[in-house]
Amino acid sequence: MRVTIDTDVCIGAGQCVLTAPKVFTQDDDGFSELLPGCEEEVGDPMLREAARACPVRAITLHTETFETEPRHGEA
Amino acid sequence: MAQAAPFPQDRTCPYHPPAGYRPLSTQGPVNRVTLYDNSEAWLVTGHAEAQALLTDSRLSADRQHPAFPMIAARFELSRREPLALLGVDDPLHNKQRRMLIPTFGVKQVAAMRPRIQHIVDGLLDAVVAQGPPVELVAAFALPVPSIVICELLGVPYADHDFFEDAARRILRGATAEESEAGRRELMDYLGDLVDRKAKTADGRTGRGADATPEGVIDELVRERLSAGSLDRDDVVRLALILLVAGHETTANMISLGTFTLLEHPDQLAALHADPDLIRDAVEELLRFLSIADGLVRVATEDIEVAGQTIRADEGVVLAASTINRDTAVYPDPDDLDVRRSARHHLAFGFGIHQCLGQNLARAELEIALRSLLARLPDLRLAVPVDEIRMKPGDTIQGLVDLPVTWGRG
Repeated sequence: MRVTIDTDVCIGAGQCVLTAPKVFTQDDDGFSELLPGCEEEVGDPMLREAARACPVRAITLHTETFETEPRHGEA
Repeated sequence: MAQAAPFPQDRTCPYHPPAGYRPLSTQGPVNRVTLYDNSEAWLVTGHAEAQALLTDSRLSADRQHPAFPMIAARFELSRREPLALLGVDDPLHNKQRRMLIPTFGVKQVAAMRPRIQHIVDGLLDAVVAQGPPVELVAAFALPVPSIVICELLGVPYADHDFFEDAARRILRGATAEESEAGRRELMDYLGDLVDRKAKTADGRTGRGADATPEGVIDELVRERLSAGSLDRDDVVRLALILLVAGHETTANMISLGTFTLLEHPDQLAALHADPDLIRDAVEELLRFLSIADGLVRVATEDIEVAGQTIRADEGVVLAASTINRDTAVYPDPDDLDVRRSARHHLAFGFGIHQCLGQNLARAELEIALRSLLARLPDLRLAVPVDEIRMKPGDTIQGLVDLPVTWGRG
């Protein structure tokens, strides 16, 4: 599973860090970011709970089956 | 047609929701209620519906919206002036919040823990030296967050009697005039403080006799006021909400949390046996007590929820105490269970306004409760339980006082 964080939406509540501390951290300004090594694939059992805990829905979980981003140069 | 049930109602037990909310929640997750002025609003008691509504931008938190519902007469005059952060909508809210997010980050709060521990230990030393019985609100529950927020903001703690009383009048004043006078006096006080800090910042006075403690307000003065991105009133309004929300809420959680543990000896014993349970215990107490019981919004458009239509300009109140006892989320929700992983509760709200200071609050509660129980393991009430005085239902929930004793006291 791949994880993305919309930092424009993030309010720094830290719920993701509390729920899945092996995946999420906060940068020096208090906004959520992924820990090193979590940028590609993450299998943490608390991932869905962390995404659900985000009060502003800033965390998106992407599974390969439902990949929606354009590929192969599609516009 | 019969008049809808009243909101708010007083609690009959300090740690349970008012008895009248449960029948409403069994009718459905969204019901009509009658407010103090006989106007009607929607009361949300379902967890899923609350999360959906609190992330819906068609609900406004703007206290100055003409249709914004007030839950007590004392708050009526407060709609005249903007309320920073929790009383404004995006994009202004986002601008204000982003200035403060770095201060309340997880790492920043972790760095404050040793200082919080020092403050807690000092207050407990004084409690022990005084000897039993002690009134725990004045001796411990209030000074812990009051000292912490003063140091964080750069407010002199020596002025705490003044600002604690002003906050009490704002939140629990008998009339709108008394509440407004408290707000006005606190605005004036913080305005003077901002002016003194501004003089120091631009070099008109050195850090001499007139200097104030350094804190977040100084940063706002140096980086925002001087640069013109905030005016003086903006800084004062931010300082007011941070100061009031920073001490009043946590103080209530410490006193009511202590009382609730004393009334649940099996849970208290579990915490004594394994003090590392404190983190889960704090989360469970936040859920169980839900001291900010009545998040208020106004609909700016029609919203469909749970088969009902909330019309534009109708008020919406979210009863956190009852939402946090939704059986769809929490099995046996009326049981205090410090081993429960009480995630997803709405004690800090949800959506863009979720509490800015929540991680500071968690740190203060963990350190205060853990240290209190370790220091006074045989802590108990000094008066019969029915003599403990509670705050009324139309404000932040908590105890007026908490007489405790220990040892042979």
